[in-house]
Amino acid sequence: MGAASGFGGWHGRLLRVDLAKGQAHTEPLERAILEKFIGARGLGAWFLTQEVDPTIDPLSSANKLFFVTGPLTGTGTVAGSRYVVVTKAPLTGAIAMSSSSGYFGPELKFAGYDMVIIEKAAKSPVYIWIDNDRVEIRSAEDVWGREVSATTDILLGETDEEAKVACIGPAGENLVKFASIMNDNGRAAGRSGVGAVMGSKNLKAIVVRGTQGVRVAKPMEFVQAVQEAREHEITNQYMTVTIAEYGTPDVVEFSNGLGLLPTRNCQQGVFEHAAAIGGRAVAKYNLRGVGKTKACFGCSTACGRVTWVRSGPFQGRGEGPEYETIAALGSGCGISNLEAVIKSSYICNEMGMDTISAGGTIACAMELFERGYLPQKDIGRPLRFGDGEAVIDLLVKTALREGFGDRLAEGSYRLAESYGHPEFSMTAKKLEFPGYDARGGQGYALNYATNNRGGCHIRGEVQCSELFGIPLVGITEREGENLDRFTVDGKAAVAKKTQDYYALIDSSGMCNFLVISMPNASAFMRLIELATGTHFGGLEEFLKVGERIYTLERTFNMRAGLTGSDDTLPKRMLEEPLDDGPSKGNVARIGEMLPEYYRLRGWDEQGVPLPEKLAELGLESLEPAARL
Amino acid sequence: MATKQLVVNPDKCTGCRACELACSFQHYQEFNPHKSAIHVSIFTLDAFFLPVYCAQCSDPACVAVCPSGAMHVDQIDGSYVVLVDHERCIGCDMCTVACPFGAVEDDSAGSVHKCDLCGGDPACVKVCATHALEFTEVSDMPRGRRKALAERMLVERGGL
Repeated sequence: MGAASGFGGWHGRLLRVDLAKGQAHTEPLERAILEKFIGARGLGAWFLTQEVDPTIDPLSSANKLFFVTGPLTGTGTVAGSRYVVVTKAPLTGAIAMSSSSGYFGPELKFAGYDMVIIEKAAKSPVYIWIDNDRVEIRSAEDVWGREVSATTDILLGETDEEAKVACIGPAGENLVKFASIMNDNGRAAGRSGVGAVMGSKNLKAIVVRGTQGVRVAKPMEFVQAVQEAREHEITNQYMTVTIAEYGTPDVVEFSNGLGLLPTRNCQQGVFEHAAAIGGRAVAKYNLRGVGKTKACFGCSTACGRVTWVRSGPFQGRGEGPEYETIAALGSGCGISNLEAVIKSSYICNEMGMDTISAGGTIACAMELFERGYLPQKDIGRPLRFGDGEAVIDLLVKTALREGFGDRLAEGSYRLAESYGHPEFSMTAKKLEFPGYDARGGQGYALNYATNNRGGCHIRGEVQCSELFGIPLVGITEREGENLDRFTVDGKAAVAKKTQDYYALIDSSGMCNFLVISMPNASAFMRLIELATGTHFGGLEEFLKVGERIYTLERTFNMRAGLTGSDDTLPKRMLEEPLDDGPSKGNVARIGEMLPEYYRLRGWDEQGVPLPEKLAELGLESLEPAARL
Repeated sequence: MATKQLVVNPDKCTGCRACELACSFQHYQEFNPHKSAIHVSIFTLDAFFLPVYCAQCSDPACVAVCPSGAMHVDQIDGSYVVLVDHERCIGCDMCTVACPFGAVEDDSAGSVHKCDLCGGDPACVKVCATHALEFTEVSDMPRGRRKALAERMLVERGGL
């Protein structure tokens, strides 16, 4: 079997699976489309807009799942580990673009595909077994209902022990609106409920084995550029020492120190027990000791870890917890018992649920209960902040949609709305906020309000520039003095550029942690050019590709029925200042930044992309919004 | 005589598999773990990772069973290395069967592939971010390990 590598970086080939007919076939991918949308997030967005009616019910068989790699996935670049799942999201009704790493994405690439498109639904539970060119749709009756690690073990036993598995847990089967897709046991395509879409199609898992290579267009120059990136990364103390040693949990004390660690459903920005759930505390649970970390494919930073709670009620073993999990299921729920937080993380991973939305939803329920809006008889137990055992009990019930878990499975917005108080849902576009309170910085608050997938930090990490002092060289560093976190001046431009740049990162197949460790944006662009043989014509033109992808996603959302009025945050973020800590007195001033943001994006006053902007980006064939 | 060998410390390995990519690129100009002569065995939930490769045995089973004389012991800068003469290889895979480390594989092109130490400058070592892989003088290792053991005991006694 020859290498399928068509163009360098890309294979130029996709696999289309029809679950209703039980058939699969390959199709060529045009180079022009690949150059225009790069791969992963961008390529998935293009196919979604071409093939899926934005107005459909996301859990109907008309929805499709796009598992997409990028041109750098599986190459020797640092952390070319990523794949993205694109679909219409059940939680938000907007576009979903959930990314994950580990080994699954590269394995899919080694099997010879840039993308797998999954259509319609199977009549009974199935999994897809992709062994290079051989594709089988097999019964998954024996693993339906099983947790993620058991499913993974069983399916590897049925296929090839060197294969890689992406699967859903019980939460995805039960259509929990924030169900994740888990790969390699502990890595998650977490947000927006992509796992529920898989569940709605009766698709338990994709198992893939690939033995074909990935070639790049300019091999010697490519490895030289990668070597330069590696050498530069070593100079980044934050990545190679702090993150390598303590992983993302190290951010807990940092956020708390800035007064923006989401605490008790964002009622506070300072958690008095932050040290008890921070990086150094988590490190004590490392299975093989502090500093023994776990990497994704090709990554020199290795920020992952396996933890072990040896005994007691929270006993278990698994990957994580990561920072976002601790913020959502720890401080967000007012929980200082780290072992309870770690156990919550294990349950979410095994059940296949997004830890951020799971924590945000339970925190919302806790506030509704404490304020007397949610009666105890509905929950079946008291639900106060700080009750770790209640969280664990409710997480399991949520995944199984048992009792009150059935209400929680709808996410915090629908839950709070059903009790008449949607204002206590800490969400944008119904997606729960990550671990940075929006009142801690104006730029990333604007990103939360405008982000195409909703309240999300990672599809435009403005907080890197505003909070971490890691301005994106060649992107936001030019804004210079405007990076003060409390000013709104210039933040529209910072948010837009960061979102556009991250659209490129998420389309490349490379992990954003390693891209921001690179010397500058041009070095990142050059890696894609050397891998694919494409010439973008300079950094400005390269960023235009990011803007194209971002605007494309926006048109999908607009046609799905979202409007400019969805580009906002809950009343708490806009009107209620934090009452203590280093972010005290601050609110998110979205209204002051939004008109300039729309203008910079070339959108009208309602946030609809203007025809001339679509033409400039080569998207003139698209309808900018729903026809009235 | 210099006796440099490829050595691994599994406690440092993160399972990133950069070594596999470097190896396949060095020998085939493509990124393909399947064509690598070094393979990381991965135990995800145990956080245990072990790169496995040719031990460059001084009395190799693969050479003993080779009927064509293709598999042979050579030296690079004084280090033993077991090499395949692809011209003489008849593709019988006897070496693959004999190797106790699983370090010799059929290359699907009528021959076998295995670690050749990249001619004395292994590509895998250069990309190993944690230095789990090293190409080092084995004669120095016992001395270093004796010292490390003594240091651990000293730390236990409150020193260092």
